[in-house]
Amino acid sequence: MTATAAQAPHLSLSDTFYTSLFEVENGERIRACLQCGTCSGVCPFGYLMGFPPGRMIAYLRAERFENVLESDSVWMCVSCYACTTVCPKEIPLTLGLMTRTKEELLLAGNVPTELQDALMNSQRYGNPLGESPRKRAAWTKGLDFDIPTFKEAKRPVDVLWFVSDYPSYHPRVQLTTKAMAKILRVLGVDFAILGPEENSDGDSQRLAGERGLFEMLAEKNGKAFGKYEFNEIITSDPHAFNAIKNEYPKLGINFPVQHFTEFVANRLDELKPHLRDIGEQRVTYHDPCYLGRANDIFDAPRKLLDAIPGVELVEMSHNRNNSLCCGGGGGGMWLDGFQWEKAHVRLSEWRIQEAVNVNADILAVACPYEPPRFEDAAKMVQGAGRLMVKDIAELLADSLEMEE
Amino acid sequence: MNIVVLAKLVPDLVEELEIDDSGIALDMTWLRLIINELDDHAIEEAILLKERTGANVTVLAPDIEGVDDILFTAAAKGADRLIKIVGDYESGVNNLGLARVLTPVIKDLQPDLILAGVEAHEDLDGSIGPLLAGYLDLPFIGYVASIELEEGKATATKEYPGGLSAEMEVALPVVLGIQVADEPPRYVAVSKVRQAMKTAEIEELEAGDFDLSGGPTIDRMYQPEVGESATIIDGSLDDIADSLIGIFKELGVQ
Repeated sequence: MTATAAQAPHLSLSDTFYTSLFEVENGERIRACLQCGTCSGVCPFGYLMGFPPGRMIAYLRAERFENVLESDSVWMCVSCYACTTVCPKEIPLTLGLMTRTKEELLLAGNVPTELQDALMNSQRYGNPLGESPRKRAAWTKGLDFDIPTFKEAKRPVDVLWFVSDYPSYHPRVQLTTKAMAKILRVLGVDFAILGPEENSDGDSQRLAGERGLFEMLAEKNGKAFGKYEFNEIITSDPHAFNAIKNEYPKLGINFPVQHFTEFVANRLDELKPHLRDIGEQRVTYHDPCYLGRANDIFDAPRKLLDAIPGVELVEMSHNRNNSLCCGGGGGGMWLDGFQWEKAHVRLSEWRIQEAVNVNADILAVACPYEPPRFEDAAKMVQGAGRLMVKDIAELLADSLEMEE
Repeated sequence: MNIVVLAKLVPDLVEELEIDDSGIALDMTWLRLIINELDDHAIEEAILLKERTGANVTVLAPDIEGVDDILFTAAAKGADRLIKIVGDYESGVNNLGLARVLTPVIKDLQPDLILAGVEAHEDLDGSIGPLLAGYLDLPFIGYVASIELEEGKATATKEYPGGLSAEMEVALPVVLGIQVADEPPRYVAVSKVRQAMKTAEIEELEAGDFDLSGGPTIDRMYQPEVGESATIIDGSLDDIADSLIGIFKELGVQ
């Protein structure tokens, strides 16, 4: 089974699929799979998938991949990179095997209905929530200072703030967006947003198997980036960060990007004099998959939390590289009903239990999927009644407000 | 077996509707258009019938901005033939006018089955299905939720209010107004739609002049107005909650 054999007419479905995996960077490493099963073991839903990653490879090798495609178990994959991280042969399982399988199912029309809605909304409105694209900057109303759009600014600006979907539209996540705006203002950052010219980054849609949609959205964003002059992009959304940093360049869209936590950590000395005691708080930090495991940013968020007077930082049993997914990745954000039917557990509740186990007052997060997911989960977990879920931006803004 | 499906674009309620300066029409400046939801179900039902019986599916739509997208999407789902009716839709075309223009087009296509969404939210002069059936001198069944095809006849399941359904046998050809498809309209990958844009062809037919006679005349179009007995509570969420609690207390709610 070689790449050149792909053109041969007698190739089986398994052969063709196997060969297509080589197109992903380091994809050919799948040949070296030891069938050790570590990927299936570390997968947060591996125990209930008919075909966890290791078994998918076994079926590929046995030329029986059609059995995998007849099953819907890959929709339990939350693209959390846990399998990729532990694989002793460093096979790009998330980017290759899991995402390619979802792509096959999507092309065949075998997609859970609730996921279809998010994809259709992304296609129509440029956001998975199905909100009006014209209202993408509506969150800026009610702030006591202006958030300029590039269109209004009509001049080169230092920083393009890519606000992203949930921070723009979700009422709970908008609070974190406003907190971030306050911090940028205190730091005196010269920034602007794209407003209605911004589209979904498309990363979760890509990881849910909708590559064509991802490319369409990336092209629109690339065009918007190209219209204006700025030095770098920042975003609070690890999924947008991952897309702009790692995936957009493959489409010829090259712009420097930093996650918000890195950006602020680099300016911590300027921020520190303004930070005030928020009272004794035991804080634990949840590493988002696409900030931590996928992009190796573990220290910047912790550095910010450590800088807030009053914060005592404690670690949960799963942390850093070994962090637990909130369940929202790879389309999981739009598969809650499907995954509940299969699993009758939520990954977010597992995480909340860990925060309760370390007696945390606050679960700090750094991804827009998380405040609503974890707040919902906290309502279901015993002993989580007084646990607060706060984005790092919110904790920093709280600490800044103490100054006023 | 030939199936013709009618599809049209209607205002997308994701944006707030505004009335234009004339006071009798929607302001189209910011309006987005979207396929009429029930027409999307009609297309899905046609594709499902094609998959079961091998029927040939033609999708017919007025040439309004965005029509190419809905036609190519239909092709990506499996529609065989795409036709748009080119004409002057700017000043507003009612269903009577549309039905009169579509009648000879549909006659030429010699369909066994004509499907349309049973209604659209901007229908002002009745839905298009019965109007077409009238001009074509064909039977019509509306609120159809399922179709079985046999040689020369169809069995349609029609929904009634109150949770009742009826199965009706009808000789072909027939016009059916679709309430819901057997399965939710399928999602087609963007790459497949892009593929269809390269391979599928959209035929164009001229509408000529629209005869709109017989339809209603709009005297005034307006946003819902607050009735005299209603009180609208404005303010922040906290203010609204406070006012509501005050009202409940006043009314003696414990």
